[in-house]
Amino acid sequence: MSTSVFTRLHLRDRIRDRDTAVYSILLILALVFPMASIYATDGTALVSQATRAGTFVLLAIGLNVVVGFAGLLDLGYAAFYAIGAYSYALFASTQLASSPAHHAFHLPFWLMLFVALFVAAAAGAVLGFPTLRLRGDYLAIVTLGFGEIVPQLFYNFDQWTGGINAVGGIDQPTLPAWIQGPWSGDGPFQVVRNFNFGGDPVAFYVLICILIAAAIILVNNLYRSRLGRAWMAIREDEVAAAAMGINTVTTKLLAFGIGASFSGFAGAFYGANVSLVSPDSFLFIVSITVLVMVVLGGMGNISGVIIGALVLYYVVYYLIPGLPENVRSLANSIGLSSETTRSLADATQHLNYIIYGGQAFRRMSGASPTASDSALKPHAVWRTRPSTSTTSSTAASWSR
Amino acid sequence: MSLPDFGFYVLCATAIVLLAAQAVIHPGEFVQVFIFGLTQGSIYALVALGYTMVYGIIELINFAHGDVFTLGAYVGSAILGFFAISEGGFTTVNLIALLLVFPAVMLVMGGINVAIERVAYRPLRNAPRLAPLITAIGMSFFLEGVMFLWHGPATVHFPDILPKAATTVAGVFFGFKDVFVVVVAAILVALLAIFINRTKLGKAMRATAQDRDAAQLMGIDINRTIAATFFIGALLAGAGGMIWGLYYNTVYYQLGFRSGLIAFTAAVFGGIGNIPGAALGGLIIGLIAAFSDSYIGSKWTQVVVFGILIGVLVFRPTGLLGMRVPEK
Repeated sequence: MSTSVFTRLHLRDRIRDRDTAVYSILLILALVFPMASIYATDGTALVSQATRAGTFVLLAIGLNVVVGFAGLLDLGYAAFYAIGAYSYALFASTQLASSPAHHAFHLPFWLMLFVALFVAAAAGAVLGFPTLRLRGDYLAIVTLGFGEIVPQLFYNFDQWTGGINAVGGIDQPTLPAWIQGPWSGDGPFQVVRNFNFGGDPVAFYVLICILIAAAIILVNNLYRSRLGRAWMAIREDEVAAAAMGINTVTTKLLAFGIGASFSGFAGAFYGANVSLVSPDSFLFIVSITVLVMVVLGGMGNISGVIIGALVLYYVVYYLIPGLPENVRSLANSIGLSSETTRSLADATQHLNYIIYGGQAFRRMSGASPTASDSALKPHAVWRTRPSTSTTSSTAASWSR
Repeated sequence: MSLPDFGFYVLCATAIVLLAAQAVIHPGEFVQVFIFGLTQGSIYALVALGYTMVYGIIELINFAHGDVFTLGAYVGSAILGFFAISEGGFTTVNLIALLLVFPAVMLVMGGINVAIERVAYRPLRNAPRLAPLITAIGMSFFLEGVMFLWHGPATVHFPDILPKAATTVAGVFFGFKDVFVVVVAAILVALLAIFINRTKLGKAMRATAQDRDAAQLMGIDINRTIAATFFIGALLAGAGGMIWGLYYNTVYYQLGFRSGLIAFTAAVFGGIGNIPGAALGGLIIGLIAAFSDSYIGSKWTQVVVFGILIGVLVFRPTGLLGMRVPEK
C-alpha cells in the first residue's frame, strides 16, 4: 500500500524540477506557436486546431483531478462538458426565443464562463452524492450511464435545445479593449476598442492559454493542499483513509465536483469558440478520448497529462484524419492501383479505435509488473531507503 | 425495510400498475409488445450471463463482451457464406448449415475470448482494479476497430435462413423466429445451469468465485478455471450474436457497445455475479425496453434503461436476486 506514497515522496524534488522544465517548454511553445504557424502556413487554421487541442487539455486537467488524484474512474466526463456547453449556448444565443420560454437571452461570456462552471459542478455533485459510496467499478458504470443519458436528454428535449438541429449562432465573447500586433495577422501594434472575438482565432488561442494557465496553477495548489493529500490517501487505500479521519464521501464529492467544473469551463469555451453545440459532440468517444489522454500522460501527473492531451489530440484529430489523404498520395506515388489505394485509405480512417485499444492496453500492462512485484515482495521497497530501521523510516515518511 | 429498498419497491410497483392498466386497455398490443420484449430479452440474457460470470469470478466488468457478441454475428455471417444457403425459404441445406455453423461460431468466439483473457486480462490480475477495466474498454475499441476494418461502417447483411412461417392469433402476430429465439436461449441457459451445478469444472468455478485463494489451496487450477469462464461466457455471447443475426438479419460494428451496455444493465439488475439473476434480468430489461419503445417512445428507451441502471446501483446495488456481501 505505502509503496507508491513512499516513492512519490522520495522523488518529489526531482519531479518538481522536471515539472518546471516541462512548464517552461510549454510556455515558450505556447508563445511562439501562433506566430510561427501563421508565418509558416500563411493562415490561422493551425491556431484554431491548437485552440481545439487546448479545450482537450483543459478537459484532461479536470479529469485528472477525478481519475488521477482521487482514483475515481469517470467514464461519463463528456456529460459535464455537454452541460457546460449547453448552459452557455442556451443563454447566449437566439435558441430560447423559439422555445416555450419565448425570450432570447444574451448573457455575457465572462459571466457564463463561471455560471457554466458552477452548473457543471452542481451536476457533478448531484450525480456524485448518491453514487460515490459505490465501489470503484460500479461508479464507472454509473458515470457511463450518466454520460449516455445526458446527450440523449439534450437530443430529446428538442423544444428547448433544438435537439438534432443543434444550437447555432452562439454569441462570441467581447472585451472593451484588445491589443493586436504582428502575431494576429500582418497589422502593426494597435489597441482595438470593443473587441469581438468572432473571426479572430488568435484571440481564442490566447484565451484558452490563459484558462489553461489558471487551471494549472489551481490544480497544482489543490494537489499540494490538505484536500489533495486526502484525495491521494483515498486513492491508495480508502479504508485506511477513512480510518485516518478523512470524510471519504465529502472528499470524493469535492473531487467529482471540482473535476466537473473544469469541464464546465471547457464546455462554455467550446460553445463560444465553435459557436455551434450539438448533442453529437459529447458522445462516449469524447469521454474515452479524454480518459486515454489522462492515462497516456500518467494518471495524477499534471504536466504529463497536458503532454498526453496534446500528443493524443495531434494523433487522433490531426494525424489520422489526414492519413487517408497522405496514404492515397503515397500509394499513388509508388504506383499502386486506384482500387488498392482506396481500400488502404479507407482502412486508415478508423485507426483511432485500434490506437485506443492498443494504447490503453500498453499503458496498463506496462503498469502491472510493478504492481504485482510489490504484491509479491512487500519489503522490496525498504532496500532503497537509506534508513536502517523500517519502522522509523515509515514514521519519517509520513511526517513529511 | 430501509428507505432505498422502499424506493425500489415503490418504483417497481408503479411500473407494474401502469403496465397492467395498458394490458387491460389494449390487450392485443400489450401481448405483441410482450412477445417482442421476450425475444429481445432472451438475447440480452445470453449476453448478460457472460458479464455476470466474468464479474463473479474476477470482479471485472468485461466491456469487450458486447463486442464479442457482435463479432459472433460477423463470424456467423462469414461462415454461412460458404454454404449454398437459400434466403427464399427453408431448405435442407439451410438446416445443415445452421446445425454446423451455430456450434462453430460459439466455439470460435470461445477461443477468441480465451485469447483476449490470456493477452489482455491475465497479466493484470494483481494490478489495481481500474487497470483491467480500462484495458477492457481498450479491448472493446480494438474489436470494434477489427470489425470496422473487416466490413466498414455500413450495416452488414446477415443471411435470412430461418423458416418464415408465421401466424396471427387474435390479432397478435408471431413467427417461427420468435419461438426459435426464445427456445434456443432457454436451452442454452438450462445447459449452463446444469454445467455450473453438476460438473466438476462448474464446481471449481463456483469455488473460485467465492474465494480464489482458498480455491487454489484446494488444488483448483485458477488460470484454467478463469479461462473456462471466459470460454463459456463467449459461447453464450457467440450464440447470442448468431441469434441476433438470424432474427434481425443486420449487424453493424458498433452494435456491441449499446447492446452490451443494456446486457450489462440486465446483469446488474439481476444481481451481478448471480447466474439465474442475469437470465431473469435479461428478460426483464428486454421487456422494459420493448414497453418503453412502444409506450414512451423509442427515443426515451436509452434514458429509461440507463436510468434503471443508475437507479438499481444507487438504491439496490445487489440487484433483484443478489445478496448483500461485505466489501473485501
